[in-house]
Amino acid sequence: MEITEILLPGVGVCYEFQTASGSRVGVVAKRDGQFDFVRYEKRDPDAAETLLTLTRDEADMLAEILGAPRIVERFADLTREIPGLASETIDVPAGSRFDGKPLGDARIRTLTGASIVAVVRGEDVITSPPPSEVLRGGDALVVIGTTSGMDAVRRIVRG
Amino acid sequence: MDAFLLELGIILLLLGALANVAGRLGLSAIPFFLLAGLLLGEGGLHDLGASTEFIEAAGELGVLLLLLMLGLEFSAAEFTTSMRRHAPSGVVDLVLNAPVGFVAGLLLGYEWQACLALAGVTWISSSGIVARLLSDLRRTGFRETPAVLSVLVLEDILMAVFLPLLVVALAGGTATAAAVAVGAALGVVLLVLLASRHLGHHLGRLLGHDDDEQVLLRVLGLMLVVAGLTFAVDASAAVGAFLVGLAIPSGTAERARDVLGPLRDLFAALFFLSFGLATSPADLAPFLPAAFALAMVSTLTKVATGAYAARRDGVGTRGRVRAGTALVARGEFSIVIAGLAVGAGYTDLGPIASGYVVILGILGPLLGRFADALAEPFAARAARGS
Repeated sequence: MEITEILLPGVGVCYEFQTASGSRVGVVAKRDGQFDFVRYEKRDPDAAETLLTLTRDEADMLAEILGAPRIVERFADLTREIPGLASETIDVPAGSRFDGKPLGDARIRTLTGASIVAVVRGEDVITSPPPSEVLRGGDALVVIGTTSGMDAVRRIVRG
Repeated sequence: MDAFLLELGIILLLLGALANVAGRLGLSAIPFFLLAGLLLGEGGLHDLGASTEFIEAAGELGVLLLLLMLGLEFSAAEFTTSMRRHAPSGVVDLVLNAPVGFVAGLLLGYEWQACLALAGVTWISSSGIVARLLSDLRRTGFRETPAVLSVLVLEDILMAVFLPLLVVALAGGTATAAAVAVGAALGVVLLVLLASRHLGHHLGRLLGHDDDEQVLLRVLGLMLVVAGLTFAVDASAAVGAFLVGLAIPSGTAERARDVLGPLRDLFAALFFLSFGLATSPADLAPFLPAAFALAMVSTLTKVATGAYAARRDGVGTRGRVRAGTALVARGEFSIVIAGLAVGAGYTDLGPIASGYVVILGILGPLLGRFADALAEPFAARAARGS
């Protein structure tokens, strides 16, 4: 999708795009932190009707609502765009031999070529975990690599 | 003392009431403040006594604050974008609108210095009134709006060149001196922009502070020192204030805008009032026909300017008319320019500019409001033609 960015001197920036249903929509990000959502008219395509105006806080909340599922989607997009690239979440079972050991001890990248990009522990997400990060049973590893690499990682952490 | 406090208090209440009425009518308060000044003062309904001196001094501060805020609003990125897309619009704006004032001055038999000032009066649109109008009418997302705003940005930066030129001319300088002044002004503006880019963070650290009071006092103090120094070297104090605004880096500028905004509103209101005070209603009457004629002609040239700028962005007929009418309003900077001329002894410009800005300060927003209705016959013709 193409987004046109138009600078409005002294006011802010207007982002404009076309929806699949055929409406031309604009989001005006103003200097004072407010956002206007506008829809361009059919009769006069240069004029726009203001649909709603959001304060900075309201816009942040909206972005959170709209942004949450998008992260997962983008992750899927990435693996789709690059042939051979796979991503998976692999659980570390309780009683695994790496339960309570630093991540580096598993030598996952050396042995499989796959990278651990994040460790999900309950509510927390540790992105780009250092080798010193101590694993616990019940952790989930977010892994990026080849499909065969995924199987190898699974074998290591379950062993 | 008690008479002073009482008078000033009543004046501020009056200005507040006028601004309120103007707001309800969807108009700018500037012409109403000018009218209040015209009706009060010498030869008017009531002669101000105790507060006159204070209002004059406050008015001078108002000019500096108007230009400081103009500089604070400026961003290099916005300027380069405007230049890239709308440099020809800026030229058309100058070529169409400035000669109207200049020729009118010649017809009225003024010296060329006064003609030059009158050219500035008819040239510069009111950024304040236009920006407010676009926001009130919820037109920020409209496609002609970037063109309108670009014209305003270009006018604003050209003011930094025009004001020194005018000051030298008004002081009786020769054409060579004026050319040197323009060259110097251009050089200083470029230098300040470059310095702000590379050394701006130092200035930001110097002026920035968590405390609003500190930001207020430091920025205001720096502005006054620089304005005083530029005045001492025979340049306009207003240009000094503008340069200070330009030099302050964007992070600090944003804070400074928030802190200084209310102060600007107060002192600018007193500036418009004091400008009106200098003219009595009886003096205004003989200049009204000239002001009216000037307003009508320069309305047409401004509409043409806006339409041209919007057309460059590929905007249709209705949008072109909206852009043209939005730019018609003249206000604060026309008065600033006329104020310089009056200060240099060309007193006729006082009543002309007052009448002119009262007319266009009211007519501009009204035209902008009814732009779509005005555009209808043109749009219909364009539709038939295609």
